[in-house]
Amino acid sequence: MRGTAGLSSGIAASGAIALPGTLPRLLPPAGAAAAVSLPGHLARYGPPPAGLGRPQRDSLIAEVDRAGLTGRGGAGYPTARKLAAVAAGRSPVVVANGTEGEPASAKDKALMARSPHLVLDGAVLAAEMVGAREVVIVAHRAARRVIDDAVAERGRAALDRVRIKVRTAADRFVAGEASAVVHWIERGVPAPKASPPRLSERGLHGAPTLVQNVETLAHLALIARYGAAWFRSVGTPAEPGSMLVTVLGAVREPAVLEIAIGTGIGQVLDQAGGPTAPLQALLLGGYFGDWVPAAAAMSRPFSSAGLADLGAGPGAGLIAALPADACGLRETARVVRYLAGESAGQCGPCRFGLDAIAGQVEQLADGSGTDPGLLWRWLAQVDGRGGCAHPSGVVRLIRSSLRTFSGEQRRHAPGWCSGTASVLPVPPGRAR
Amino acid sequence: MSAAFGGSQALWFVSRASGLALLAAFSATVVLGVAARLGSAPKRWSRLALGELHRSLALFSVSFLGLHVATAIADPYVRIGWAAAVLPFVSPYRTLAIGLGALAVDLGGAVLVTSLVRRRLGYRGWRVVHWLAYLAWPVAFVHSIMAGNDLRIWWVALVEAGCAFAVATAMVARLLSWWRGPEPKPPGLPGRSVPTERIPV
Amino acid sequence: MTALTDRAVVRLRVDIIACDGRGLCAEALPELITLDDWGFPIIDRRAIPPRLLADARETARACPKLALRLDREGRGKP
Repeated sequence: MRGTAGLSSGIAASGAIALPGTLPRLLPPAGAAAAVSLPGHLARYGPPPAGLGRPQRDSLIAEVDRAGLTGRGGAGYPTARKLAAVAAGRSPVVVANGTEGEPASAKDKALMARSPHLVLDGAVLAAEMVGAREVVIVAHRAARRVIDDAVAERGRAALDRVRIKVRTAADRFVAGEASAVVHWIERGVPAPKASPPRLSERGLHGAPTLVQNVETLAHLALIARYGAAWFRSVGTPAEPGSMLVTVLGAVREPAVLEIAIGTGIGQVLDQAGGPTAPLQALLLGGYFGDWVPAAAAMSRPFSSAGLADLGAGPGAGLIAALPADACGLRETARVVRYLAGESAGQCGPCRFGLDAIAGQVEQLADGSGTDPGLLWRWLAQVDGRGGCAHPSGVVRLIRSSLRTFSGEQRRHAPGWCSGTASVLPVPPGRAR
Repeated sequence: MSAAFGGSQALWFVSRASGLALLAAFSATVVLGVAARLGSAPKRWSRLALGELHRSLALFSVSFLGLHVATAIADPYVRIGWAAAVLPFVSPYRTLAIGLGALAVDLGGAVLVTSLVRRRLGYRGWRVVHWLAYLAWPVAFVHSIMAGNDLRIWWVALVEAGCAFAVATAMVARLLSWWRGPEPKPPGLPGRSVPTERIPV
Repeated sequence: MTALTDRAVVRLRVDIIACDGRGLCAEALPELITLDDWGFPIIDRRAIPPRLLADARETARACPKLALRLDREGRGKP
């Protein structure tokens, strides 16, 4: 029966993947290195639901709602709500956001490079669900080729009823922000746009636009095949499903892993080969996330609920391990200076405030002494006052570093520092 | 006959006087507009006060304009129809001189009207039209030289020169400011307040 | 007696991308707007008190970049 978009036939056709509770779902099974081809993709997952009429579209959105899928780009907004909002508009467009401007995060690149067809399935399905005729894939430079090849493969197989366009993402941190992606496609400018109107009402070329992270779309492609119950068979009841995480820093095998949401952080680190040294702290979420003392974090589940009382969250799925012989303040200062330079420069508080704040954090980190009151004052002045979340993210990172590295701060006052190693990746300085 | 001539004289006098006053008001408006744009810290020269003054004076100048045009048209001695007040170069009397006046009215009128509906027009559209003010002023000035006959009166010449000097200074200041780029903001730390590059939009 | 619930809530909002930090708004409406250390407006997010509504409208009109807006929430006349 075609009614529920072929859900039952999907389970029958694809065997192992459809078994509840198995991982990985999005990434190819461990060991498979190259991109999965179209035949391989169809063999593993079965065919995507096709020919969605209006009733199937609405029931599919309802299925996504039941599955409890939330955005995997870091904001965690309920996907079904976004789909419904855009579906209500006229001539919508779908944008698959594979920019991954965050230098420490590699999950979107890995997903696009290894499971491009899953991402494309998701994008096409999302388009059908909202009634869009066109999909734009904005892919990180590293994955552009693979995506192009996959699109060509699908074209030859005449697989999709919607047009797929591909663009290479801009090479800036803020380029991954949803409105910045739209602005980039429209005018080649990777800067966020003023918020009213919302993208779901007026976005790309004035059309209602669905901007979704590529991982979210990949999950969508599987929910459409196997249903909400299957999706919920891993993860927690409040935060169901699996997620991709990037584990780096002082671990033996830094990698992109797929885990069930709520997996213990210590377990996740073990999947990456385990720590190479005693750990001091973890950076959770991304460069807009939070530093958390290692001892407190290791036993926690990697989920919003599990980390809320530590003032942290899973964010964009980053777990960076800081060894005891590194200096958290120095790492933070490097990242903050990078982030300040990555401001789009459109909003005064971000453009000028972050530069000033970065200066303060640098002084704190190199032990040259600062006025802590000034730093707190500026953090308060800049928080929440940007045209996008950029300044708020930086403030959050700094506040968590001051909390977590307060001991280090005291050592720095008379000019000592624990740190020797550098852990977090920061791209080389941009020419001014 | 002499009464009619006297009446015409009066009208012509009022027309020239209001024209001069209009030029002065227009010039002050331009200077205030530039000052408001370039204004430094709020404590020294209130940008708000300058901006509001600029706006008020611009609106007030319209009354001078009305008087200037109405008396010129009403004056039976010279034949300038209503059309010639807004359509450039249709006046049979001193076509070029009056035509420039009409052109100034058109340009200034566009600036004024777009400013009144600024909200609806949007910032970009408003700004482009507002630059026409820099064209309207020289046109008005040349009109005042050509259409008026009063430069031989010393204080008229003084007013004209003063207006020209003030507006020229303002225009140069505006040009320099544009060329130099946006001013650096306080406070940062010494040596650290270099703003980051801005993504060109 | 007009019920207060009849009135909509009006708030000031700045389009910080359009804002150039010229500071006219803080001069015009110091009760609701202060400037941060770089000259950009920090807007009081609460509802505008009725006695300041007219001033708020004038302040929004005076903004040279048209960055200041009054946002109406709810039904009824502000």
